[in-house]
Amino acid sequence: MTAAIRVDLQLIADMVTPDTRALDVGCGDGALLAYLVDFKRVDARGMELSQAGVNACVASGLSVIQGDADADLRAYPDDAFDYVILSQTLQATREPREVLRQMLRVGKRAIVSFPNFAHWQVRLRMVFGGRMPQTTSLPYKWYDTPNIHLCSIDDFRALCHEMGVRIERAIVLNSKSRPIHMPPLLANVFGEQAVFMLRRD
Amino acid sequence: MLQDLTDAEQMALAQCRHAILGVQQPLSLDCGVDLGPYRVAYQTYGTLNADKTNAILVCHPLSCDQFVAERHPVTGKDGWWESLVGPGKVLDPARYFIICVNVLGHCMGSTGPLARDPATGQPWNLRFPVVTIGDMVRAQAALLDHLGIPDLFCVIGGSMGGMQVLEWAASYPRRVFSAVPIACAAHHSAQNIAFHEVGRQAIMADPEWKGGDYRLHQTVPARGLAVARMTAHITYLSEQALQRKFGRALQDRNALGFGFDADFQVESYLRHQGSTFVDRFDANSYLYITRAMDYFDLAGAHGGVLANAFRGSPTRFCLMSFTSDWLFPTRESREIVHALNAAAANVSFVEVASDKGHDAFLLDEPEMFRTLSGFLKGAAAVRGLRQAA
Repeated sequence: MTAAIRVDLQLIADMVTPDTRALDVGCGDGALLAYLVDFKRVDARGMELSQAGVNACVASGLSVIQGDADADLRAYPDDAFDYVILSQTLQATREPREVLRQMLRVGKRAIVSFPNFAHWQVRLRMVFGGRMPQTTSLPYKWYDTPNIHLCSIDDFRALCHEMGVRIERAIVLNSKSRPIHMPPLLANVFGEQAVFMLRRD
Repeated sequence: MLQDLTDAEQMALAQCRHAILGVQQPLSLDCGVDLGPYRVAYQTYGTLNADKTNAILVCHPLSCDQFVAERHPVTGKDGWWESLVGPGKVLDPARYFIICVNVLGHCMGSTGPLARDPATGQPWNLRFPVVTIGDMVRAQAALLDHLGIPDLFCVIGGSMGGMQVLEWAASYPRRVFSAVPIACAAHHSAQNIAFHEVGRQAIMADPEWKGGDYRLHQTVPARGLAVARMTAHITYLSEQALQRKFGRALQDRNALGFGFDADFQVESYLRHQGSTFVDRFDANSYLYITRAMDYFDLAGAHGGVLANAFRGSPTRFCLMSFTSDWLFPTRESREIVHALNAAAANVSFVEVASDKGHDAFLLDEPEMFRTLSGFLKGAAAVRGLRQAA
């Protein structure tokens, strides 16, 4: 098992306290799950939409079910996990607000990462290119994108505020996936993606 | 003795092990009858390790039996799950102690309607008490007690075998380290009960059935049992599989016969399935086993809430279903997954893409093998079970 995982996944993993329980919603090929199990002794479960992803995860010994964030979080009881993780998936859900609510019901904390739609490259392409933006973190064409609810970092903060959710940590990454430390107004311009750790207030 | 053995049972018992249980403590059946003594026929592969941590119980489906991975003593055919169980396979006897128990009510050596009622000395036939999936599982648990096996590393089975797996996990959570229910459901649907009822009516409508006392009259309700098997067999296949295998191809002829012989290959195939089934299955047993499946309702047994069956379960679950299985469709497995989630149990769920219908779980399905192999590897690591290279 290799320890090298994507930078944003590593940031999420670093937020998780060892020997806890975590649910990774949209766990893909299980890279984060495997890391949490192997290096942090986390009782980690996964949920993934693509059957191929699920099968690959289970075949490598991870506990993963086929399911979707919009529909299947409802089956879990309150406080079933210490962390519910949603990486790069919120923007693809039908009801992001409800998904967030469910995550914070099922988990004591939620960790969410998403691409920032107010990144300067997105702004430039939209304003001067006049076309729907395509960037490294948003690689799709307008007609084939799974991203139906894109938001900016400031949009997300506003939603958290509105929902009465406490932001425990917020890490903003630039286009080289390095954390940047700027006031929120600038972070919303230069951040390509963000990782938030949330808690019910 | 418990029963006058049929030829098939004699051949079966000569090739497997058996235990007489319930002598001191009879089995309290769900129907209220105390059964004892009773015989349990079983087969094992591999060796129980010193810590007794490597036992795997394979639960067989309706039309299979304890001969999982060897030539069948009656039919001469390969074991029904040799794709999964055997040297070099996912369930390798070099690593695990594998047990398969002929279920109560069946006809390959375990006590069923063929046995004699100790009270009267007469064959039970239809006076044999109706048994349930729960009764079958309690008899298996009694066998494990008898063998001195405290708990199971894994309980695995498909279809009716999967129902037993669920029952095991619900009734003996501390004795089941991991559970693999495949292509099954937490209850039998109305459609499934309906198909079983057609089969039972076919048997009971056969004049040779004689109210269940056919052995007394030295007859065999072969036609009825064959029709029951033909009906059931259709439910095991997908529409695509039937179409691919047979289409409208004719059997040994170039033109329609304008009669009621088996013009089509699919008819000939079903007739063959029906007639060969009669050689290895007892008609009354068929009534009893199908009834046990119909009666299975795990939620019903737990206050109508399926999750209650699994509250606080320490068991690791891995469920599998197949895309073209219309007898136990994926949504029924998903119901179980949701219940397990609601109970915060450790669960994996994989739907395998296959066009082979319900039967897929008995066939060569690499995705199923890969899933199971990975799941068992993960479970073995947690259990601290040494894995052979």
